[in-house]
Amino acid sequence: MLSRVADSLYWMSRYLERAENTVRQLDVTLSLMLDSGDVDLEVRWQRMNAALGKPAGMDWDGSIDSMAKNLVYDSLSPASVIYCLNGARENARQVREEISSEMWQRLNRLYHQMHSPHSQSQFSGNISDQLAAVIDGIYLFKGTTDTSMIHGQGWQFIRLGRYLERAYSTATLLEVYQPDLFQHPSSESAGHLYLELVGLLRCCTSFEAYCQVYTADLTPDRILEFLLLNRDFPHAIHYCVDGTLQAIEGIQQTGGRRPPEELKAGIGKLSAMLRYTSISEIISGDTAGFLHTIREQCLRIHELMYRYYVHYSIQSALAV
Amino acid sequence: MSTGHSVELETLFGDYPLDEAFDEMREASGDLRPQYRALAETIASLPPDELQRRKQSADLSFLNQGITFTVYGRDEGTERIFPYDLLPRIVTAQEWDRIERGLTQRITALNLFLRDVYSDGKILNDRVIPRELVYSCKHYRRPMRGLQVPRNVYIAVVGSDLLRLNNGEFVVLEDNLRVPSGVSYMLTNRRVMKRTFPALFQSYGVRPIEHYPQVLLSTLRSLAPEGRPEPNIVLLTPGVFNSAYFEHTYLARQMGIDLVEGRDLVTHDNVVYMRTTDGLKRVDVIYRRVDDDFSDPLIFRSDSSLGCAGLFNAYRAGNVTVTNAFGTGLADDKAVYAYVPRMIRYYLNEDPILPNVETFLLGEDKERQHVLANLDKLVVKAVGESGGYGMLIGPHSTARQREEFARQIEANPRNYIAQPTLDFSRAPCLIGDHLEPRHVDLRPYILFGDKINIVPGGLTRVALEKGSLVVNSSQGGGSKDTWVLE
Repeated sequence: MLSRVADSLYWMSRYLERAENTVRQLDVTLSLMLDSGDVDLEVRWQRMNAALGKPAGMDWDGSIDSMAKNLVYDSLSPASVIYCLNGARENARQVREEISSEMWQRLNRLYHQMHSPHSQSQFSGNISDQLAAVIDGIYLFKGTTDTSMIHGQGWQFIRLGRYLERAYSTATLLEVYQPDLFQHPSSESAGHLYLELVGLLRCCTSFEAYCQVYTADLTPDRILEFLLLNRDFPHAIHYCVDGTLQAIEGIQQTGGRRPPEELKAGIGKLSAMLRYTSISEIISGDTAGFLHTIREQCLRIHELMYRYYVHYSIQSALAV
Repeated sequence: MSTGHSVELETLFGDYPLDEAFDEMREASGDLRPQYRALAETIASLPPDELQRRKQSADLSFLNQGITFTVYGRDEGTERIFPYDLLPRIVTAQEWDRIERGLTQRITALNLFLRDVYSDGKILNDRVIPRELVYSCKHYRRPMRGLQVPRNVYIAVVGSDLLRLNNGEFVVLEDNLRVPSGVSYMLTNRRVMKRTFPALFQSYGVRPIEHYPQVLLSTLRSLAPEGRPEPNIVLLTPGVFNSAYFEHTYLARQMGIDLVEGRDLVTHDNVVYMRTTDGLKRVDVIYRRVDDDFSDPLIFRSDSSLGCAGLFNAYRAGNVTVTNAFGTGLADDKAVYAYVPRMIRYYLNEDPILPNVETFLLGEDKERQHVLANLDKLVVKAVGESGGYGMLIGPHSTARQREEFARQIEANPRNYIAQPTLDFSRAPCLIGDHLEPRHVDLRPYILFGDKINIVPGGLTRVALEKGSLVVNSSQGGGSKDTWVLE
């Protein structure tokens, strides 16, 4: 597969994952704002901003409606949902011959839907529905991807992008939320704390899955354990890292070259760290530092993958 | 309208004007041509809103499939669908037979011409075509001199533009020998047509065109360098900002070959490779959709990054086939065009089956005087331009535009040709809720590998603006499906 094509598929997938994450966090934040507890609105908004990587131009200005609208529709801001969707479509457009027509049509429809004047003018009236429609569009695209495309190298690059982005953004989310989980003011009512925890789980569509494992008894350490270490839930970081590893192995199986030891070791190390560290160790130790390491390792994996599959030097390739 | 038509037909046609121009659907008397009768009756029998519904559904399907082209020179809304007219253009078997024979003859001669000019230059020595006309052509490529081209095929993919004159005869307006585009619209129009009027389509016995990508692939394969039995064939595109990008992706997907950009290619020791996730992979055949100028910065324009440095040397070494060959624009130069009938006689010793449009060469004094005196009646074209740019349409021009062109012609006569304003044929199009005639041309696609192949059909382009003579997509043209009958 052409390196440029692999690159485009990878970024198409990352952008979509990012859009989905942003939509979900916005949705959760807005609905938490309805039950304004002691945490005031601005703090909530800033926390979401931090979880999205502190994008520029999304600072608190007091008007929730217009801020939310910007986060969705401001195509000049790299953090906005529409920016990510544009990026995904632009990448898809450059590899039209590689993805199935059904995938392209699905994505194209979502793009036109987001760009229709109707969608933007109706936004403030029913934010929740609009956000749900975006998520739907992305889900349909993912489903179409898995059912209409050869599960060859291109598909593995799509998976790679999806899981790496998800691992990274979930780690960021937990890093931002974890001080609040353990240091919440005692004055806060049980009801509000509950909503807060549900919100965190919903940011990762994991509330129901959590309940199946731990019942609806929400405690911060279990939530952390679930989102970090669970190996069966697709939004848990451990699952994502294993998915990344499988994608790299899949790329190797569908191509000729073996991935460099450095790359496999990088992912393997991260996976092992998640597998053999218990939640009590994480909580009693430097929790923020642990989460931060995960992010750093994700960046490192991205870099190695790029250096090996996409931006390699001609000299090194001719030598093989 | 003559009597004998149903009320529905009368409503559909409204006050459909007929004049001396050839109408594809109706004879001068107003009667329907026999091959259009079933079509007209079917359309007329549909409730008006049903026709609109089918039109909208067709448009939507183009938009959702992303079958769009890019318009240059606009900031926003640069992606448009190519307007599609619901009514097909129908070509009878006899008409097609003549077109097919005529184009085969013409392309054979043009290919011989290219080979001759880039090697011995017999036709120049025999003074059939003036030497200075060839050497002053801006698409003449000196590096092609003496270069052995695989199978001696310079022009593997051609799209010639035909018009039909008042007498019903098809003539060739121009030969596109560089990177002709539009074939994806021919293919997608057909797909949409089959969905829009399935029963009607079936009843007509239309010859299929869907195998075009397969024929193209085997054409490309037949031109692979010697000793490469399993050639790696790629399509080279300028990239996503090119107006025909959709077509490039479409063809690559339909043929199952890689779509590459210049930045995907590297050359080493006169071999072209592409960068893949598995390292470098050798490239054997390049179906090139990038103009000569932008193909190799070492030989052509050095400021271009769209091509691949070293490509031409690899080509010269015979390690890679690039098609169409470089420098083929020489033979579709609008001034060289005037000599094509003479080429056909010179190389094939035959009379041209498809005539040319009468063309005045402004480099010759007598013809130039005539043209300058009659600018208001003629169409003047810059020889190197395409896509409907750099044109003066005399009858639709202002005195200032004519002065401007006269000045440019005097300054550089070799750069212009003039032709009579053609009253070419019109076909009915659905405008609002009734039919109106619009000018159409026809671009069949010719493939030249082991032998010449023409899929029965082509792209019928429509000048959708009333009275307009410009059918180019970049200038507000649309298209129709083209049915060649069994």
